[in-house]
Amino acid sequence: MIAELGHFALTLALMLALAQAIAPLIGAARGEARLMAVARPAALGQLIFLLIAFAALTYSFVVSDFSLSVVATNSHTAKPMLYKIAGVWGNHEGSLLLWVVILALFGAAVALFGGNLPQALQARVLSVQAMIAVGFLLFTLLTSNPFARLIPPPLEGNGLNPLLQDPGLAFHPPFLYLGYVGFSMAFSFAVAALIEGRVDAAWARWVRPWTLAAWCFLTIGIAMGSWWAYYELGWGGWWFWDPVENASFMPWLAGTALLHSAIVVERRDALKSWTILLAILTFSLSLLGTFIVRSGVLTSVHAFATDPARGVYILAFLCLVVGGSLMLYAVRAPVMKGGGLFAPISREAALVLNNWLLATACATVLLGTLYPLFVDAISGGETKLTVGPPYYNATFAPLMIPLLLLMPLGPLMAWKRGDLPGVLARLRFAFGLAVMGTLAAWYVMRGGPVLAAFGIGLGVWMIGGALTDGAERVKLFRASARISWERAKGVPRASWGAMMAHGGMGIVVLGITASTAWTTEKITLMRPGESVTVGAYTYRFDGAEQAPGPNYMALRGHFEVTRNGEHFVSLSPESRTYPTPPMDTTEAAIYPTLAGDLFAVIGDPLGENQWSTRLYFRPLQAWIWAGVILMALGGAISLSDRRHRVGAPRRAAPVSSPPISIAGQVAISP
Amino acid sequence: MTRKQRRLLTITAAMILLGAAAALVLFALRDTLVFFYTPSELASKQLPPGRTFRIGGLVSEGSVRRSADGVSVTFSVTDLTASLPVRYRGLLPDMFREGQGVVAEGALGEDGVFTATQVLAKHDENYMPAEVAEALKKSGQWKGGAMEKAK
Repeated sequence: MIAELGHFALTLALMLALAQAIAPLIGAARGEARLMAVARPAALGQLIFLLIAFAALTYSFVVSDFSLSVVATNSHTAKPMLYKIAGVWGNHEGSLLLWVVILALFGAAVALFGGNLPQALQARVLSVQAMIAVGFLLFTLLTSNPFARLIPPPLEGNGLNPLLQDPGLAFHPPFLYLGYVGFSMAFSFAVAALIEGRVDAAWARWVRPWTLAAWCFLTIGIAMGSWWAYYELGWGGWWFWDPVENASFMPWLAGTALLHSAIVVERRDALKSWTILLAILTFSLSLLGTFIVRSGVLTSVHAFATDPARGVYILAFLCLVVGGSLMLYAVRAPVMKGGGLFAPISREAALVLNNWLLATACATVLLGTLYPLFVDAISGGETKLTVGPPYYNATFAPLMIPLLLLMPLGPLMAWKRGDLPGVLARLRFAFGLAVMGTLAAWYVMRGGPVLAAFGIGLGVWMIGGALTDGAERVKLFRASARISWERAKGVPRASWGAMMAHGGMGIVVLGITASTAWTTEKITLMRPGESVTVGAYTYRFDGAEQAPGPNYMALRGHFEVTRNGEHFVSLSPESRTYPTPPMDTTEAAIYPTLAGDLFAVIGDPLGENQWSTRLYFRPLQAWIWAGVILMALGGAISLSDRRHRVGAPRRAAPVSSPPISIAGQVAISP
Repeated sequence: MTRKQRRLLTITAAMILLGAAAALVLFALRDTLVFFYTPSELASKQLPPGRTFRIGGLVSEGSVRRSADGVSVTFSVTDLTASLPVRYRGLLPDMFREGQGVVAEGALGEDGVFTATQVLAKHDENYMPAEVAEALKKSGQWKGGAMEKAK
């Protein structure tokens, strides 16, 4: 009964979405306020019905209603409550429902807080949101109905994939989707602006906070997935350039570019049509990501749904959305007249360069992700190949390095016309730090890869650059402490946020460099009482025993770690065996320290009283997550800026001047 | 600087960047692609030792041997028509079993033994890696539904 209510609510949401997609669009074209007024209540109603559907599915999972096919396939009575709930989106059908719920959430937010938007713009934005919703609701109802019944119902469910029974992964999909779907706002605003043929600073002020919020969520979502891979897969790696990882990374790259180009639209009234294009591309990449994950077309470590009908539907929808919006762009973009002139050395130019590098890097990732698919299709399935980390090291890295090198320069550059020698002079402190960092890394690690020492220098340079930016703004050491403090209070939060995000990126670079270049790994067979030295630490193996868990059996090993002969920490990695579905998982024991992570994995018992073990010391590993958290936090602080508050009071539109930035846009259109 | 010159500068800069990126991609695609072969395909091909590629199939029953140090393993990968000996040093994935599908990345040694740098087994016991299913179909040993346990 509950499930039928959910199914019915889902259908009603589709009907409302249809009305919301059509009526306001006609109303806005004809200037009929009554038709436009359909949008807001429809968006709110759609959210309410979808929440009912979501609640119905959650209820079915909580009470383990195995007459529902999804529940029977993905849940089990013995599963802890957290994973019963997380199981709602731990499968194809449920995660799609989550997708549309989040989409409706964003639509409702425009309806509720968009009171100060021009009515026609709001109506069009909501109409575009509803069109996306129609596409996904139809997909859910036609090919992946979460409320499909199973007759006769089984007595027990199959259980959730044990790898997914993990707190980090329980919240990974919601965050990822908040990011993916959040970019739909930028998309809807872009399409609405194209229909209206008008983009101004007020438009950018609306788009920026949504993009920023989506970016923060996506950043956290990606980090969670990567963190999960790090400790759950037990390979010591945290990023594999797997198609599914790329699927979330591409919208992140494009979204980062969008975030920066929207600043130029807002502040300088330039780069309009490029920003519109980026908004379309960012969301298209989010859809492509959904397609890659949901259709299982690409060989991946964690693709879990493979059904050709679904793949074909998403592909058709993707073509419709991307093709339609790009067509609209081609027809309407020339109408956008850019304003704000700027010199080749200026903040605007720095942001343009940032956009080019990010967009090109994103294109190389896209090519690497789809290339195996092309080759497979062209050769008729005869040639199978994979594009692995070496490809990305050879293409992505060389494009990222100049971006990161130039990053400290951008925020110090003046708008319109910058002073490069002046900026470089102000960065001499950061440069000195970077040189010292490089030499120190070279000295401490006694040689090792030269590039790694430069990587450390790069990270220090970026952090130094962020600090310089802050110091410049408050006139640190050049004015009295009191004046600096007063100035610090006056610096907009958006600027603090940018500094944190940029500094956080520097910390990430330090972590990536150190953990990639200087990890120590020991794979050995150990008997109880034996010791192995990994880096500065000695691991003594104290045996292993069987330990039962709530719905699994674990083999738990014990390691006593000493440093310089003194007790440091005890590590207890596990190897778990789940009965439903039958599967083994590795639970690495990780002890993060500032200097690096101690990482222990216990493998199968081999022969008499000995176990295979894998022990690591990964320098600065935790810095990667810390840096990412700092970046997301920077985004959040930026969001709290008064100027970014959704619907901030309208500023007078700058006097428009003839287009100049068009040249750049033509050249970069892919 | 006139507007025209500025536009020219922007276009030139963008072209240089795109050109550099295209060059990087072309070079990378030439050198870093990893091809996938089945044991039968490999038998009919003369691959030079040292070239990185992937091999996929089932782990032959009874072929897994561990060396005295416990961390080196040899096994053979088969598509039930041809098979290939594989050597690997490291911890095997959780789902590695005799008779199960496996994909290994590495290169042929001088002795004709495939030295794997990475061994991938799928996470789910019921699931056959797509390439392995394909490999079995190619070798004519695919038994359809019988190999895919009902989900």
